[in-house]
Amino acid sequence: MPDISTSQPSEVAVKETEHLRPTWRIQPSQGWISLRLGELWEYRELLYFLAWRDVKIRYKQTGLGVAWAVLQPVLGMLIFTIFFGRLAKVPSDGIPYPLFSYSALLAWQLFAYSITESSNSVVANERLITKVYFPRLVIPMASILAGLVDFAIAFVLVIAMMAYYGVHPGWGILSLPLFIVFELATALGVGLWLSALNVEYRDVRYTVPFIVQFWMFASPVVYSSTLVPARWRPLYGLNPMAGVVEGFRWALLNKQPAPGSMFAVSSTVVVALLVGGLYYYRRMEKNFADVV
Amino acid sequence: MSDHAIRCEVIGKQYRIGERERYKALRDVITDALKGPFRRIREAGGREESNRNRKPTIWALQDVSFEVKEGEVVGVIGRNGAGKSTLLKILSRITEPTRGYAEIHGRVGSLLEVGTGFHPELTGRENIFLNGAILGMKKVEIARKFDEIVAFAEVEDFIDTPVKRYSSGMYVRLAFAVAAHMETEILLVDEVLAVGDAHFQKKCLGKMGEVAKHGRTILFVSHNMNAIEQLCNRVILVDQGSVKRDSQDVRPVLTEYLFEKENERSSIWLNDGDRYNNRYFQPQRFAIVDAGGRPLSGPVRNDCEMWVEVEAHLEQLDPALTIGYAIYSEDRNLLYWSYQTDQPPKQWPVLTYGRHRLRSRLPSNFLNEGTYRIELIGGLHFREWLFTPGVAGPHIYLTIRGGLSDSPYWIAKRPGLLAPVLAWEQVPQSFEHCRSEHLKSNEV
Repeated sequence: MPDISTSQPSEVAVKETEHLRPTWRIQPSQGWISLRLGELWEYRELLYFLAWRDVKIRYKQTGLGVAWAVLQPVLGMLIFTIFFGRLAKVPSDGIPYPLFSYSALLAWQLFAYSITESSNSVVANERLITKVYFPRLVIPMASILAGLVDFAIAFVLVIAMMAYYGVHPGWGILSLPLFIVFELATALGVGLWLSALNVEYRDVRYTVPFIVQFWMFASPVVYSSTLVPARWRPLYGLNPMAGVVEGFRWALLNKQPAPGSMFAVSSTVVVALLVGGLYYYRRMEKNFADVV
Repeated sequence: MSDHAIRCEVIGKQYRIGERERYKALRDVITDALKGPFRRIREAGGREESNRNRKPTIWALQDVSFEVKEGEVVGVIGRNGAGKSTLLKILSRITEPTRGYAEIHGRVGSLLEVGTGFHPELTGRENIFLNGAILGMKKVEIARKFDEIVAFAEVEDFIDTPVKRYSSGMYVRLAFAVAAHMETEILLVDEVLAVGDAHFQKKCLGKMGEVAKHGRTILFVSHNMNAIEQLCNRVILVDQGSVKRDSQDVRPVLTEYLFEKENERSSIWLNDGDRYNNRYFQPQRFAIVDAGGRPLSGPVRNDCEMWVEVEAHLEQLDPALTIGYAIYSEDRNLLYWSYQTDQPPKQWPVLTYGRHRLRSRLPSNFLNEGTYRIELIGGLHFREWLFTPGVAGPHIYLTIRGGLSDSPYWIAKRPGLLAPVLAWEQVPQSFEHCRSEHLKSNEV
């Protein structure tokens, strides 16, 4: 085999071709497909750049910019505090209702943003998909990561509110990153299913706002999961966002009890959702360029 | 290990007709699913299966096999819809083949479009990094080449301006510059050189040539025959989804492609639909006609009166509009260009809105026997091409046979591109005298 590097005078090029030349076999895929997670790792920079692009454009194009990230959960909190907290007197397990609802909204906004953006992501990036190859999984993942910036901004406010109300977190706060990762995994699981379906069936996108709204009231955002009788709580955990929202409250506000059994059920659901979503997406992605 | 970079084995790609046009609606699927059981009861068992098989499909590619050695620069030519782009899409892993397989040895950079992923809101600098990452470059690699890219694109002063404020030329230059600095062993390029102004096109071609010299493998789809001839040391002609010619002798294949089979050579071109759509000069018909405007079909005698005629629709008037034709001999030599603006301005045809027919007489007893390719060319003078010479513009063929001369000594075809009948005369005796007088006066 002639070594190309000998014919390359540029030093830079020599360095690059010193890597083993990868060999690809392109053929029709059948049956269960490998997830190619290694390749996904290779493309981590693209993941970063696409997420960065989404964030950048979001803040450039919206008049309110960064304020929007805070305004959404704050307005939600105000409405909920007035109607559910004050008027309907929904119990909040001893936590001031504004803090009770804001901590949940913080988690909820990230989830709502993630599934809304990711479900439309493949269709929105049609140009890329039909013109360049890269692991297609990068697309919904990037749109989910972009939501973290809004989350970080809104998070600053929850710290401020905790200081104002004098609520101290326990050791549980160390587990908060775990809940965030868990939430992103949930969003990715749902986003993978919806984004792949949305390529094939374009009206999936119109069902997403409904799903988001419906799901929020099925999750303990405005109320506490302690409203659900203890023996039904594991069943309630079938909604993974129930585990996430209560997990947030437990980690941040030291709200008891810890969402143990409920969270265990939620974890199982999320793993199933995510693994199923990954395989479904990989199976569908071979048609993306032809159908999008 | 083998020394080939790309190997295709009986690749086939099937598309369902209309697949790209229509999306299913979930609503329809649900209603179908609800109706399904009833329909299935009505229909007998095996019938549905045969129904599914009857879905109209086309093979965009069929049994395509070839090998490309390392360092080869292969031009892929063929008419629109022949399957060239599908082939590149399969090799760059954008879409899967339906049958067969391909093996690729080396990193692949594919350039099916310039500026994929460019976002108008982002600055030039930001887009370079984004686009580079999309093309598969590493961040450090982009950073290292950043200055080179900016210099190549000639946008130094605007690098922190959002690209939405760029002129279209700057935009394209920047987009191409990023792609041109990919350092993959294999490069798949689809018709991206047809962008930018003439100066930049030349620069792009130069860059491609440089890349090719560095021993990298290139697969290059283009309608630009001149570029193919300059860059490639091998050419593959794709026709109706399969490889029709594959040769390292580039010229004859290009000739065969441009001068298609005799029965496909037409002396009239009609615009089927909306091709070459533009406001300045939308061609409707391009033909060789006789004195009465009737199309001349089949071989024409060289002493006939023949005209090149173009009919077009003008929506916007531009004083810089130049329309003409280029005429090529069968071995692809350009004979000449002619424009409606070649004469002094007073004699130019006056163009107004609407439909126009322009014609120009082909000199009789001027061309030689043989077949000529006549191509519509033109554009806005010094601004842009509407019909770039040598690039898939409307074209027709003219075959000249017989009628070369009235001389009894000239009855068969002679060598040469042209066969003009020129006048000869005897020099008058007095002329010699004049000449010597003239020389004498100069000496003084």
